[in-house]
Amino acid sequence: MNCMLVKYASEISLKGLNKRYFEDLLVTNIRKTIGNGYRIQKESGRMYIDAYTDELADKVRKTFGVIGVAKAEITEKDMDKIGEIAIAQMRQLKNVRTFKVESKRGDKSFPLQSLEISREIGAMILRNVEGLDVDVHNPDIVVNVEIRDKAYIYTKLLKGVAGMPYGSAGKGVLLLSGGIDSPVAGYMMAKRGLELVGVYYHSHPYTSERAKEKVIELARKLAVYTGSVKLYVAPFTEIQMEIIEKCKENELTIIMRRYMMQVAEQVAKKENALALITGESLGQVASQTLESMMVTNSELEIPVFRPVVGMDKTEITEIAREIDTFETSILPYEDCCTIFVPKHPKTRPRLDEIKKSEEVLDKEKLIANCMANMEIIKINNMQ
Amino acid sequence: MNLVYLDNSATTKPHKEVIVEVADCLEHFFANPSSAHRLGVEAEKKLKSAREKIAAFIKSKPQEIIFTSGGSEANNMAVLGLVSKGDHIITSKIEHPSVIKLLQDMEKDSYEVTYLDVDCDGVVDLEQLKSAIKENTKLISVMYVNNEIGSIQPVQEIVSIVRENSRKAKVHVDAVQAFGKLRINVKELGADMVSISAHKIHGPKGVGALYIREGLRLRPLIAGGGQEFDIRSGTENLPGISGFGIAVEMLALDFEEKQQYIRELKQHFIEGLKNFDKIRINSPIDDKHIDNILNVSFEGVRGEVMLHALEDYSIYVSTGSACSAKKGAHKNYVLPALGLSTAQAEGAIRFSFSFMNTIEEIDYTMDAVKKILPVLRRITK
Repeated sequence: MNCMLVKYASEISLKGLNKRYFEDLLVTNIRKTIGNGYRIQKESGRMYIDAYTDELADKVRKTFGVIGVAKAEITEKDMDKIGEIAIAQMRQLKNVRTFKVESKRGDKSFPLQSLEISREIGAMILRNVEGLDVDVHNPDIVVNVEIRDKAYIYTKLLKGVAGMPYGSAGKGVLLLSGGIDSPVAGYMMAKRGLELVGVYYHSHPYTSERAKEKVIELARKLAVYTGSVKLYVAPFTEIQMEIIEKCKENELTIIMRRYMMQVAEQVAKKENALALITGESLGQVASQTLESMMVTNSELEIPVFRPVVGMDKTEITEIAREIDTFETSILPYEDCCTIFVPKHPKTRPRLDEIKKSEEVLDKEKLIANCMANMEIIKINNMQ
Repeated sequence: MNLVYLDNSATTKPHKEVIVEVADCLEHFFANPSSAHRLGVEAEKKLKSAREKIAAFIKSKPQEIIFTSGGSEANNMAVLGLVSKGDHIITSKIEHPSVIKLLQDMEKDSYEVTYLDVDCDGVVDLEQLKSAIKENTKLISVMYVNNEIGSIQPVQEIVSIVRENSRKAKVHVDAVQAFGKLRINVKELGADMVSISAHKIHGPKGVGALYIREGLRLRPLIAGGGQEFDIRSGTENLPGISGFGIAVEMLALDFEEKQQYIRELKQHFIEGLKNFDKIRINSPIDDKHIDNILNVSFEGVRGEVMLHALEDYSIYVSTGSACSAKKGAHKNYVLPALGLSTAQAEGAIRFSFSFMNTIEEIDYTMDAVKKILPVLRRITK
């Protein structure tokens, strides 16, 4: 019989009195991705799920907080039977030259102590599997034996995505553009436990339905990790038109971004979210200079998280590939940032100047209209 | 207004009769036409009947019709099935991607290709054609009607020029956009191969045909069970083929009346456009031009933006051709070949009509354009 052993971040075990809360949330999140048909047992810093398939393991592996998943074989608390399984597991592995056995004796009535179990199982493996050596310091593989209600044996540990349980840190609003950076930024914050609500700015008829579909697809890819994502589609045409008609050309982008942030903050208020998340990377484009970031932030009460601010495109792309958003992000549909790009945007905007330029706009009305016509889409993990 | 579909050159809405036929074949004639049993024989009869209908319509023999998966496959088959390395092929600069992209790839692989220029009306230069024909010229492939602006090529003249100047060169005509709009009589046309497609004439998608003049032998692109006279193996798409047959049958009913009606729609549309300023009709408006396609540039408005704005009124059109809708994937090459500037080409909208459209729909579209234009032209930055 098999089961799945789930190891989770040591950070969770260090949460003192709140440890229960984090563990329970992790269980809830795992259940959300694998369904309710399984028994999940918590025990001394790990969890056991009463089934194992590769598909199931991949889902659990992608749950934030999980650092490793292994297929554990269960047998009676009998040294010969344990040895048999350990030998069989070692025979299946390729390119392994050294190993060690690590044992844990939860059931203190078991006659052998941990070290004795390890020594004996190790000897059995050495006798029965050719070409192996023991290396207790730097082994290729660790054979784990745990004696509890039954004996559990596992070798290969699949790496989990780590982080903190999704939703454990509160809620944030992600400005999702359709590019490479913003999904990565969302992923990184979700990994720290922040629940994501997305906002996408749609400028119909200047952007196509396909650009919106692309963003929905990106949200769906994030939902592989988060379970689901709520996406606000903000009608942005009126705001953009007003800015383009009434403001200076070289200030279009910066003013537009100030509006995006303020719309996102309204969404955050509605959602009881306490932060905004953007995919800005310092100096990447004109609107991502330090001055621009200061100017886009100035009207906001809540913090703006920019998890990729210190990363370059290569580093961001690497994560995008890992979380499978890259191929979608590079589809060539225009988003609202790529239309009406001024020829020479201001790279060092001054707050007082921008504020003065903005006076011609009826901000309350524009933002209220945008909020009133918001489309809300609930996107589930369709994996 | 429910839905105004003015994108009939991209594809058409199938006839009710076609839908019924396709469903009927799926349900009742599911047997393999090659099977020896009675069910197989019944399916084969269906296949034969569709082939005969199409042959009769274009005045060919049934055995000269090879069913394919559509226009693109028919075009690929005509080119790849005929030529060998070292051969010279002549085509135009405004062909469909299924010809032009294929030939561009083949050029890298010891084939020689000449791309004929077109004039501002999108018609090939016949003098240039004449001088391009060489000793090793094996194929001249031209489209009968251009899919983006609707210009008609003088195919019969092209065929005579080829016959006068070469004994071995063959002529392939991509008639996908012409089929169902112009009367096609393959004997009068004189071409060696002609491609047609079902979904442009209110038939099902995924089915087309290549007419191959009797006596001309092509190398098969798909090896297998020897269906379609050993030229195109693979179990026949009977529901599609039979639906194609019905669509052709429907086409033959009131053919001239339908064409006349579409001409009136176009005239009405052109009249309506006169109410707007700063508009350029990119299609030639004369007998060198098909009636169901009208390509128009609205100055100061990007075609893509116009397209999305029209969507708000449930009016569906194309920018350039449907295949170039994916930006970046295929850069539009047809309009620049006619001498349009980048701004004019980017502002181009293709309206394409069918007998299913109405005068009311045209009026409704004009009203929509009237409302949209000033709004979109507000922004000229």
